[in-house]
Amino acid sequence: MLVLITYDVSTVTKAGARRLRRIARACLDYGQRVQNSVFECRVDQKNWVLLRDRLLSEMDPKQDSLRFYFLESDTVIEHFGTKAITDLESPLIF
Amino acid sequence: MEIKQNTLYLTTEGSYVSRDHLTLRVEIEKQTRLAVPIHHLESVCVFGNRIQLSPHALQLCWEHGVAVNYLSETGYLLGRWEAVPNTSVMLRRAQYRAADDLPKAASIARQCVAGKLQNSRQSLLRSARETATADERERLQSAAEEIAVLLRRLERMDFEPEDSNAEICNPQSAFRNRMDSIRGYEGQGANLYFEVFELHLKQQREDFAFAKRSRRPPLDAMNCLLSYLYALLRHDCIAALTCTGLDPFVGYLHVERPNRPALALDLMEEFRPWMADRLAITLINRKQVTVDDFEFREGGAVEFTKAGRKAVIAAYQTRKQDILTHPLLNQEFRVGQLMLVQARILARHLRGDLAEYLPFVPR
Repeated sequence: MLVLITYDVSTVTKAGARRLRRIARACLDYGQRVQNSVFECRVDQKNWVLLRDRLLSEMDPKQDSLRFYFLESDTVIEHFGTKAITDLESPLIF
Repeated sequence: MEIKQNTLYLTTEGSYVSRDHLTLRVEIEKQTRLAVPIHHLESVCVFGNRIQLSPHALQLCWEHGVAVNYLSETGYLLGRWEAVPNTSVMLRRAQYRAADDLPKAASIARQCVAGKLQNSRQSLLRSARETATADERERLQSAAEEIAVLLRRLERMDFEPEDSNAEICNPQSAFRNRMDSIRGYEGQGANLYFEVFELHLKQQREDFAFAKRSRRPPLDAMNCLLSYLYALLRHDCIAALTCTGLDPFVGYLHVERPNRPALALDLMEEFRPWMADRLAITLINRKQVTVDDFEFREGGAVEFTKAGRKAVIAAYQTRKQDILTHPLLNQEFRVGQLMLVQARILARHLRGDLAEYLPFVPR
């Protein structure tokens, strides 16, 4: 499934900055950063459980917010402007 | 078991692959070109030397069941790095026993050849429908008919010992003879098929003139293209068999020789006509591959250029994403999954859950 993950992490404290980094890292481990705090993750059920669990344990529910959008696998995504993104489903030849 | 998605092909000399948490990072000339989460990958193929994977990258691969394959520049599998395999010992024993059990070995070999002949025939008929000239249509159709005759004779082959004294005294040699005739049908079918092979081409016929199969080295561009596609296919078959827990080196139709992946070659037979040969035809007809993609060496050998190789790998990978319905299982699969599906059907037959191995014949 394709999950779109967005977040707001309060960075007024040092601990907040740390949470921001660690949440971004968790998203990067399972998907691709498409904008600063927006990630597209194509994951199966097992990996989704792992990722969700990791995100929920990193965040502070009193200060941060996380949103998950579950997209259909045939959702068309258009992109305009900067930021190069590799399609991880296409042939990976380097 | 979950079936994973993609294969990472590394072809650029001087690339460096490192681990970054749960992702593999590909660097070329100190520039990060890709960061791919490990769960997107099924295997990694490294072509040629001078491409490095860091120890931690290798560790990430084996921890996640991603095999790293080292191939020569021309696609020959040299080595494979994978986790301690989750081998089913029972299945392996069944596989080895079947290799020594001549009636069973012969029945699997027969099915492999039947799959290949059937698929070759369909490919010929398809080109016959698409060709413009009546003469070529006739030649393609007659080759298809002759293959159909071979198929019927193959089907009628009897695996019970015939009632002659010599055979009853020596059933082993009787089965060896049958194995030889199965291989004979395969050879005859291949001759018929390749005799009219160039008629598949609608474009660039002079540049890809094809007289006969030649390999090690391939002597013309067509053979070079076919050999390269077969190498990609062979690698996928080895991977599929290994994932299923079978030993790719112990086969039935193909005679075992050291370092020869006999079972992978058996599994490949049914895939050759519709997966590799068809792709070669399409690439030439659409001019996605041209003479400029080849280098002609002194002494007659023909090799791909780097750009040519990349184009072929890209087309092959794209083809693997197509969806096909498996007529037996009545289920949709990506083409890339079908080798694994067929390997499991073979495993079921070896375990005794399925009366015969059933090759894949697309509708």
